Amino acid sequence: MGNRCAVIGVGQTRYQTRRRDVSLAGLVREAALRALEDAGLTFADIDAVVIGKAPDLFEGVMMPEAYLADALGAAGKPVMRVHTAGSVGGSTALVGASLVQAGVHGRVLVVAFEKQSESNATWALTTHLPFNASLVVGAGGYFAPHIREYMRRSGAPDHVGTLVAVKDRLNALKNPYAHLRIPGINREMVESTPMLWEPIRYLETCPSSDGACAMVLAAEDKVTGTPAWIHGTAMRSEPITVAGRDVVSPRAGRDCAADVYRQAGVTDPRREIDVAEVYVPFSWYEPMWLENLGFAAEGEGWKLTEAGCTALDGDTPWNASGGVLSSNPIGASGLIRFAEAALQVRGMAGEHQVEGARLALGHAYGGGAQFFAMWIVGSSKP
Amino acid sequence: MSGLVREVAVVAFAQTVHTGHDTGLAEPELLLPVIDEVKRATGLKRFGFTCSGSCDYLAGAPFSFVSALDAVGAWPPISESHVEMDGAFALYEAWVRLQHGDIDTALVYGFGKSSMSDIREIMTLQLDPYYLAPLGLDQVSYAALQAAAAGAERAVLDEIVRRSRADGRANPYALDLPDPSGEEFEVEPLRPYDVAPVTDGAAAVVLAAGDRARELAGRPAWITGIAHRAEPHYLGMRDLSRSVSTADAGRAAGVGKGPVDVAELHTQFSHEEPILREALGLSADVTVNPSGGPLAANPVMAAGLIRVGEAARRILDGSAGRAVAHATSGPCLQQNLVAVLETSA
Repeated sequence: MGNRCAVIGVGQTRYQTRRRDVSLAGLVREAALRALEDAGLTFADIDAVVIGKAPDLFEGVMMPEAYLADALGAAGKPVMRVHTAGSVGGSTALVGASLVQAGVHGRVLVVAFEKQSESNATWALTTHLPFNASLVVGAGGYFAPHIREYMRRSGAPDHVGTLVAVKDRLNALKNPYAHLRIPGINREMVESTPMLWEPIRYLETCPSSDGACAMVLAAEDKVTGTPAWIHGTAMRSEPITVAGRDVVSPRAGRDCAADVYRQAGVTDPRREIDVAEVYVPFSWYEPMWLENLGFAAEGEGWKLTEAGCTALDGDTPWNASGGVLSSNPIGASGLIRFAEAALQVRGMAGEHQVEGARLALGHAYGGGAQFFAMWIVGSSKP
Repeated sequence: MSGLVREVAVVAFAQTVHTGHDTGLAEPELLLPVIDEVKRATGLKRFGFTCSGSCDYLAGAPFSFVSALDAVGAWPPISESHVEMDGAFALYEAWVRLQHGDIDTALVYGFGKSSMSDIREIMTLQLDPYYLAPLGLDQVSYAALQAAAAGAERAVLDEIVRRSRADGRANPYALDLPDPSGEEFEVEPLRPYDVAPVTDGAAAVVLAAGDRARELAGRPAWITGIAHRAEPHYLGMRDLSRSVSTADAGRAAGVGKGPVDVAELHTQFSHEEPILREALGLSADVTVNPSGGPLAANPVMAAGLIRVGEAARRILDGSAGRAVAHATSGPCLQQNLVAVLETSA
């Protein structure tokens, strides 16, 4: 894993449907300046910048890192641009951390964003490569059959997805940056919304958001303020189609979790991880990932959700921030998970703080549930 | 860079026989043979880390790297990442990852089919979408601004293109392009032949650390320095006649610490060669782009990685002792990566 690395600054924009008041550059700069302020630093203290976002078709700017370099104070510095589909925010944090862990840089700024109001994400995700068949219409159409298969295998009752949708939006009410803050959110409200892709209802999906998130990562001798120490980092990828691939509980997710747990010395994630920020863009992915990440045995994940274990006051809180279901600037969504995990162990999560959180998991996935990025951060040094 | 740097070398390199037209192959089909070739050359089937570079806009669809995984054989799942940049920057990410010390090998690849689209128009979409892109400044137009700023002499540019195309004809992987001729301008002062050709292709490199590199190659091409730097995006904020970021990256990579036998430069336009030569402090006797360079084959998103591969190949085959590789990204050489490859670590 290399040298020690810590998160010393976190900055987020308010996530919302449209940020008409800022350009792309203004959006990323807002998050970056907040992260620098949190760390008590300026752009001059940064050695390198890593930018992440999902497909460039979302904003219609090809490789926008070239244009964004100026707004991020990156002139004269190395700039990297990461793109690993929906997991990109997580991967961006890992590429930034890698630069510190390798001893190449002392302080790295990582920024991820999406300004989805510039396009229609469903259609931007639907065009296909020349010479390849189009398999899907948007993400919901792709993932709904996987969810139905999970329900068939596990025998989970139909309402479990609704419970996640309500729980995450209740948490969002405690997060000033969250996009969907729905007063009075409850099961009836979720169940009254239209069915989009059986069994996913409108309020069981993530929103389309504009927003950016940034973090300052530092080597041990460059730490300022309150650090969240990185205890483990891992990425895994698998092909979208391969004989024997289990799309419901992908092996890449299990392997990635095993790798990051090994580094952090975690053997029982449900007991040892105080809070998890997990990429749940459709409600049912909470029970599915509870199993994939080893928080529950196979077929048992939905029981934790149903029993309230993953609520803010449960024994294993998931997505205290409101998660992807409440805010989803796609390219940033993974980085937000990683950043919220860091905020929790720094004790800086505000109203949605999990009391005494010392170890937290940040998780992101992308593509056809085939790209995974994870980290574990802690309040004490590894 | 600070602290100890782990010895990392290029131990294998493969590229497609590049074409100036679409041959009907999908990206994974382009990639599969070159990935197979570096696997055969090293005897490795799995790598500690895999990283690739590509650009969605070439195919006009999201996630070009997703289907590329099919060519890698990512099963069981692999530790893998992707940059929306040239493969040379993926190589940099892999080099950084190898510095952690827990893995010893990495696979890097880049691919692109510029035949499928109008690259000149697509590159306009890389500009600031509010203030620059609406001006309609296309890739050749802004390159011409730089050529004019640099004031390169026509005879010098003609000779660069003549030499590059002749070298390209001798390179089985590059295009067969005739000696430059014609008096008309593409965008003054650039002539059509000053512009790198439309090319489809892919390339793959294997990196290995320390003793693993010595096991895998007789003469590993040790990366003794690698660095990259960006400049401001706005052309008006730069002195376009120079490449400050190349000079900075070159210094950080240690180009000037010894004599350079050969340099492979990511010159997508002929006038970039004198700018880069000066930035890197390469004397007149340094052989530049003996492969023909991008002016003889320019598979976008692989062309920078191919520069590293071509430089490494000359160390691997013993024909050079110290080589420099350069890759670029962004309008008018906005961002530049420089690597130094040597016979000893």
